[in-house]
Amino acid sequence: MNNTRRVFLKGSLTASALGVAAGAGLLTPSSVLAATWPKGAFERKDLKEAMKMIDGSSSAESGHVTLRAPDIAENGAVVPVTMSSDLDNVVSLTLFAKDNPYPLNSNYVFSNGGMPYASSRIKLSKTMEVMAVARTSDGKLYSTKKQVKVTIGGCGG
Amino acid sequence: MKKLITIAVTLTAMLLAMPGTSLASPQQDLKNFRQYFEKRFPDTPFKDFANGALAKGIGTPDMISQWQDMMQFPPFDFALAKGKKLFNTPFPNGKTYASCFKNGGIDIRQYYPYIDNKTGQVHTLESDINACRVKNGLKPLGWKKGDIADISAYMASTSDGQPLQVKTPTTPAELAAYQHGKAFFYAKRGQLNMACADCHMVHAGQWIRAEILSPAIGQPTGFPTYRAKWGALGTLQRRFAGCNNNIRAKPFKAQSTQYKDLEYFLTYMSNGEPVNAPAYRK
Amino acid sequence: MPSNTIRIRAQVKGGTTDVKSLIKHPMETGLRKNKAGKPIPAHFIEQVTAELNGKQVMLANWSIGISKNPFLSFKVMGGKVGDTLKLSWVDNKGESDSIETKLS
Repeated sequence: MNNTRRVFLKGSLTASALGVAAGAGLLTPSSVLAATWPKGAFERKDLKEAMKMIDGSSSAESGHVTLRAPDIAENGAVVPVTMSSDLDNVVSLTLFAKDNPYPLNSNYVFSNGGMPYASSRIKLSKTMEVMAVARTSDGKLYSTKKQVKVTIGGCGG
Repeated sequence: MKKLITIAVTLTAMLLAMPGTSLASPQQDLKNFRQYFEKRFPDTPFKDFANGALAKGIGTPDMISQWQDMMQFPPFDFALAKGKKLFNTPFPNGKTYASCFKNGGIDIRQYYPYIDNKTGQVHTLESDINACRVKNGLKPLGWKKGDIADISAYMASTSDGQPLQVKTPTTPAELAAYQHGKAFFYAKRGQLNMACADCHMVHAGQWIRAEILSPAIGQPTGFPTYRAKWGALGTLQRRFAGCNNNIRAKPFKAQSTQYKDLEYFLTYMSNGEPVNAPAYRK
Repeated sequence: MPSNTIRIRAQVKGGTTDVKSLIKHPMETGLRKNKAGKPIPAHFIEQVTAELNGKQVMLANWSIGISKNPFLSFKVMGGKVGDTLKLSWVDNKGESDSIETKLS
């Protein structure tokens, strides 16, 4: 298991080892900021494999996580998606697009007042389920899913 | 024989009653055109037609909410900033685009297109931008996208919210261009044998696969428009060409007489709708 | 600190800082081919970081699944008018950019 994966397995920068190191002043904010991009997780083609990267393949469906995405995407190349949670100890939000070539879409780590909210625009290769997973500081995972239809085309050249 | 005559008489009566027959004056056409859409979409406030298929009473809540999400920080933001920069950058002779336009090019989009009565030519904002370049010793820009769309979009953005107010055609040159544009709008063409009016009047607001057809009224307000499909801003006449391709008709060149006259007619028919360019569409 | 690739708006409302940004980037997947049939190399933003007054508040790990010219909005508890927010991105080619703005 390489280092990158281990860091990501721990789920967030506020997790144990790094958190202690940062707290002890061993790491300046800028080096925490430079935490490595979790390449391995983003290269998994299988949803469950990719999910393991956030500490397990199962998460509880929860009303505490909100995922706002369209029913029918106007354009699969630009789908507005917003994740949020009303839990007060969320350390990260992760977005999966189940049937994209690489299911792990994006991961947001919050600290120092950063709230569990992230809004972006994503690519969906076809109709599929998207899932938002919130990870709390006690290591629990909460998720919510939504089916997004993607149609091909659009009038005109 | 009598039956045939009855049909002919009925047809003539229908033609007279229809919006868009060449017998009515432009003012009467405009009135009929508006009434057609207002009757067709009773839940759509008049100025909302500027939002096309995303107007209240036409688009689905799912479509409208995605569009609003995109408009929070529209992807054309960079292109618009570039257009402003280009507009304000002096030519080698020291002059700028502002020198070619009334009011320095600011807050004028709503008066386009207009007719030069000497030449009989329709002037679009894009044709005046390129005329300005040529006058100042520069090469004209490509017509459909890129710098010309960015500059035109910036200029249009300075007219944000202003109702379109194309001068009512009265002179022979204006009336000729108007009638020509109107004929184009109602004429069937292409392998699918469809007119602009078939999709954007007769079937406006209806689904065509996963699309809702936009009403013709208000269509020009958002151009140049950023289409996600294009990934960039494009001009109204680029869109005309796309529509013609869709019905398998050979498109005309951007800024050809055909498309200029069509833009003139369509914009006059949209008088009163607020300029909201650049718009975002899927 | 001006930026040619980042546009940002950061506003304080009712004790919450609301940040919206747009980044100019191709976000090329590496899965597409050009007209000659050759693969177009992947070129995408891997990480976006945000700092409020020098403290990291958000780290985004992105993939090729984020749209071209990415939009990102996030929220921070606290923050007051005049505070400094810094947003930075780095892509898979090692290119990067950042912008600093004052909260309004």
